[in-house]
Amino acid sequence: MSTATVPPRASIVHAVGRSTIGFVGTVGDLVLFSLEMLRWLLRGLPRRSVVLQNMYEVGVRSIPVVLITGLFIGMVLAIQGYAQFALLKMETRLGAVINMALVAELGPTLAATMLAGRVGSAMAAELGTMRVTEQIDALRALGANPIQYLVVPRFLACFLLIPMLTAIADGIGVVGGWLLSTTSLDIDSTYYWHHSKAYVTAWDVWTGLLKSMFFGAAISMIACYQGFHCGAGAEGVGRAATSAFVLSFVAILVLDFFLGMFLNELYRTIWPGPASFV
Amino acid sequence: MTSPSATTQHEPFDHPFTGDEFGQPIIRLDGVSKQFGGHEVLRDISLTIRAGDTVCLIGESGCGKSVTMKLMASLLKPTSGHVLWDEVPIDERSDEELVRDRLRFGYLFQGAALFDSMNVFENVAFGLRQNTKMSETFMRDIVAQRLMDVGLTPATADKMPSELSGGMKKRVGLARTLALMPDIILYDEPTTGLDPIMIDVINNLILKTRKRRPVTSVVVTHEMTTVRKVADRVVMFYPLSRLQPGESQIVFEGTPEQAFDSSDPRVWQFVYGEAGERMQEFAA
Repeated sequence: MSTATVPPRASIVHAVGRSTIGFVGTVGDLVLFSLEMLRWLLRGLPRRSVVLQNMYEVGVRSIPVVLITGLFIGMVLAIQGYAQFALLKMETRLGAVINMALVAELGPTLAATMLAGRVGSAMAAELGTMRVTEQIDALRALGANPIQYLVVPRFLACFLLIPMLTAIADGIGVVGGWLLSTTSLDIDSTYYWHHSKAYVTAWDVWTGLLKSMFFGAAISMIACYQGFHCGAGAEGVGRAATSAFVLSFVAILVLDFFLGMFLNELYRTIWPGPASFV
Repeated sequence: MTSPSATTQHEPFDHPFTGDEFGQPIIRLDGVSKQFGGHEVLRDISLTIRAGDTVCLIGESGCGKSVTMKLMASLLKPTSGHVLWDEVPIDERSDEELVRDRLRFGYLFQGAALFDSMNVFENVAFGLRQNTKMSETFMRDIVAQRLMDVGLTPATADKMPSELSGGMKKRVGLARTLALMPDIILYDEPTTGLDPIMIDVINNLILKTRKRRPVTSVVVTHEMTTVRKVADRVVMFYPLSRLQPGESQIVFEGTPEQAFDSSDPRVWQFVYGEAGERMQEFAA
């Protein structure tokens, strides 16, 4: 009688288990990769020219796309919110809603999404191409540490400049919402700003900018990790670029949720009492 | 045998290799195996490269020659076994010592691996800028000299890698490799994809580099003209999938003449480029 063992049939449980192990492994690798980056960051800053070049690419060249999206999102908020507020005869409070939504949520997430799409995927593709063409090995062979030379400047550029992009998105969105509200929707400008001032606090603005720094850090680390671990050939580079954007977008939303919860709790701890707007 | 402290005192431009060490083991692989994921590429390789030698690594594509060379330069870590530089295992070195000692190696990559975002000057000057504090003027002189050494005019310095032909890229890659005056030069398929004239140019550059100063060279190649012209010693690798149980992955080690006179069909089929009974596998 045959004693050969029959391999277990792959079921949905196996597939879920494999995916979970793969996901946990990837997150663990990403954390180790980030710690390695921090280790090299603490050892010393990379050459100024390399950092400035990355800052130009990440910060300056992202301004046009952030300006356009910020302007339109402010105007869209005005159009969408106006009908609801008009029903309640509270049109003048539209400014508070638009500006609050922009500085607390939409500005940071919009700037981060633009950064993930424009810079994150390009970073992953560039580093992926460097990997498959052995340029990363060449760096190592020429006495440079690839993490210090490639990852640290990209991290610094994203981490330090995303608040600037967020501030631009906030500012232009506020202007867009105000322009549309006061010109097309005939809302009085004085009341518009009066209500905005009453509800939007410095806390909302600063926490929005603070959140964006977490988004910037996550985008740069995910993009660099994907680039450094991309598969062979053009297909591998393409996958790395796509994964960098998708994972960054998911990370932005997940981080936004947890940071929002944490910051709300912090606000209530510092200033107990009802929330300022609701 | 060199002591660990002696090897860690090495500085760029202060090369200990003067030629007096000829014949001393400079790189040694001791029972090295390498796997990528579950895929085994090298199994229990033991190989010694002696100072001053020019060793050609030959064998079919995918048999682990380039991986062996990356292990020698510590660009990859072995799954098991040890890589020794000057008889000291490299895993006993700190990160800083490894970065510094790696500068003794020059590595010419298969596709030249020039940095796309930099022009030729910046590529050749990269190692100098990264590891020395020399003035820009002095650096320009060195880059111009290295470009001339490989038969390129100083005017090439302003070109981007995308503007260069395959042969020019290889020569710029060689100029970049030579800029730091390495003791050991690793050439990964330096002539692949080049025309016969350019192959001879590269072969002559390898010889010229060795004549100018004592260097140890390891060349991964499929070109038998390169083997005949530059090699002191030939090492032939064989794919793991084709080995019989218990056989070594290194199936030949000897002089080029011995390789061409070998009676082992695995060796002579490769050196003479004859498929023999292997044709049946592809016909099936």
